[in-house]
Amino acid sequence: MSERQPILSVRDVKVHFQVKSNNAWPWTPKKTLKAVDGVSFDLYAGETLGVVGESGCGKSTLARAILNLHPAKSGEIVWMGKDLRKGTDKDWLAVRRDIQMIFQDPLASLNPRMNIGQIIGEPLRVHRPELSSAEVDKRVRAMMTKVGLREQMINRYPHEFSGGQCQRIGIARALILEPKLIICDEPVSALDVSIQAQIINLLKELQREMGLALIFIAHDLAVVKHISDRILVMYLGREMELAEKHALYDAPSHPYTRALLSAIPIPDPKLEKSKQIQILQGDLPSPINPPSGCVFRTRCPLAQERCGKEEIVLHAVSDKSQSSCLLV
Amino acid sequence: MSLLQVKNLGVQFQTPDGYVYAVNGVNFELEKGQTLGIVGESGSGKSQSVLAMMGLLAKNGKASGEALYNGQNLLTMSPKQLNGIRGDRVSMIFQDPMTSLNPYLTVERQMTEVLQLHKGMTRREAKKRAIELLEAVRIPEAARRIDMYPHEFSGGMRQRVMIAMALLCEPEVLIADEPTTALDVTVQAQILTLLKELQRDFGTAIVMITHDLGVVAGLCEKVMVMYGGRVMEYGKSDDLFYNPTHPYTIGLLGALPRLDHDGDTLVSIPGNPPNMAHMPKGCPFSERCTHATAHCVEVLPALEAAGNQTSVLRACHKPVAELQTIKEKAYV
Repeated sequence: MSERQPILSVRDVKVHFQVKSNNAWPWTPKKTLKAVDGVSFDLYAGETLGVVGESGCGKSTLARAILNLHPAKSGEIVWMGKDLRKGTDKDWLAVRRDIQMIFQDPLASLNPRMNIGQIIGEPLRVHRPELSSAEVDKRVRAMMTKVGLREQMINRYPHEFSGGQCQRIGIARALILEPKLIICDEPVSALDVSIQAQIINLLKELQREMGLALIFIAHDLAVVKHISDRILVMYLGREMELAEKHALYDAPSHPYTRALLSAIPIPDPKLEKSKQIQILQGDLPSPINPPSGCVFRTRCPLAQERCGKEEIVLHAVSDKSQSSCLLV
Repeated sequence: MSLLQVKNLGVQFQTPDGYVYAVNGVNFELEKGQTLGIVGESGSGKSQSVLAMMGLLAKNGKASGEALYNGQNLLTMSPKQLNGIRGDRVSMIFQDPMTSLNPYLTVERQMTEVLQLHKGMTRREAKKRAIELLEAVRIPEAARRIDMYPHEFSGGMRQRVMIAMALLCEPEVLIADEPTTALDVTVQAQILTLLKELQRDFGTAIVMITHDLGVVAGLCEKVMVMYGGRVMEYGKSDDLFYNPTHPYTIGLLGALPRLDHDGDTLVSIPGNPPNMAHMPKGCPFSERCTHATAHCVEVLPALEAAGNQTSVLRACHKPVAELQTIKEKAYV
């Protein structure tokens, strides 16, 4: 794997937001909310990286930071050997031709006043103005067939479609530019189980066909298992574990990953009733005032005194897995 | 006599385009301390059937059939009689913990109101009891937090407040409408463990509505699978999970991403959920069923015992043996 060049490398990215504190005087200094606090990973062509974590762990913010939708405060985002953080708006426009995004809420991410043909064709009109409208129309129709929509639907509006179909429209819009990377921000969380499977299978099929790299964000480790090659587990804006799929599911090294895995209900009455669930105590700490040292230590069953004092870095546990836990 | 007995429950909505039959012919019985899971996708009628029992249907909705709580029909009761039962003997937890709590009232006011109304307690007694319940659902510093407003709680905490509120009068039946859908998995695990413990301590019967078959597996003795407003399969959860006999149940189990299987592709169910206003004449699942024949589209299958398995009821024209092939495909 070492000879392969990553197409995207993210190094120590931090995204901080300034927020007003409760009941503050107007002149009280604002507090810093560390939504993403030092995340690094590499992504190779054709690979799927799953990003998993609970709400508020910064996984969506990370995705948005990669596309500069929330500018990162520090760190490097290197796309094809070029550091994007120093890029101008023009550079970003070029990058977004290669990196597209699929959003969580299928209906809310489509403009209700545009028909499907306009929605799917819009990226072409922005990024490829040289194409004639007949060519755009041809490509839109081809893409619709590819994602499993009937060509005759081209003049319909988003409200006429079901959630699964809307998500297919979102996928078509992302794919029309033939990007190299698609960032999927919880693309299946809002869908029913039977439709969820359709969309996951569709994404896998398209990936194989077009050689796409995917960053697949989800809160559910079971969903991610079916699509990812490697998985990044986040908690409170930090990386907990980054491992290859089988290493992560067979031998999770971080206590948080273990807790997440044990919390997923298994659709098998005997297994489910007999399994030991590791219940996490308490609630997620505030990202405005995160715990010192390991951010997970306040809820960790194995926490020791040193977890609060020592600096936490992601280190290799085996050649396939990296963990930020001090104890492994 | 069963604690809760539902006979041929139906729900109709009057819309400008004619009647929509959201729920048709639902039957079940629930004993003390039992748990029933109702599973289905959006629009399958699972929520509407329990809302009908609680008299909470929208204005254009009408319920038919019977829902007997200790022999009294909840559907024909006057609102006054119903108010004596719901919230007291039969209570409900709703899906969205933010929108089902009143943002203008403190948690204390919302909880004491229930006790003052049903138990005739004074506000002070009620508050004491409310704090006890909040402690039972493990809200830290309950005595201090009870005076807070709902927005000051996190999602998981709010759902715990909802559960505490539903349990205030120690109901005999607790209806939980997707209580964990809006929550993270670790919080979901906390809430489900809590429900199990509370059931053990109070002996409450639970009707658990969810779209997650995993949640059902851990909690329920009996499971009802619904699709397009009809019951597809109903039986003991062990039978249903290990020997599903209906193509929809088989499809649903195959489509579920799961940790204990290593298969690479999921077996998806083709097509889209049905439009309730234009249901096929026959089996509602026939449009998406790989086994459907012309007979399935035309004639509605009855809910009957499945061959030699008398503990399972299924609504499908195809004999169980014939479905074995897709089941094998789904479980590779």
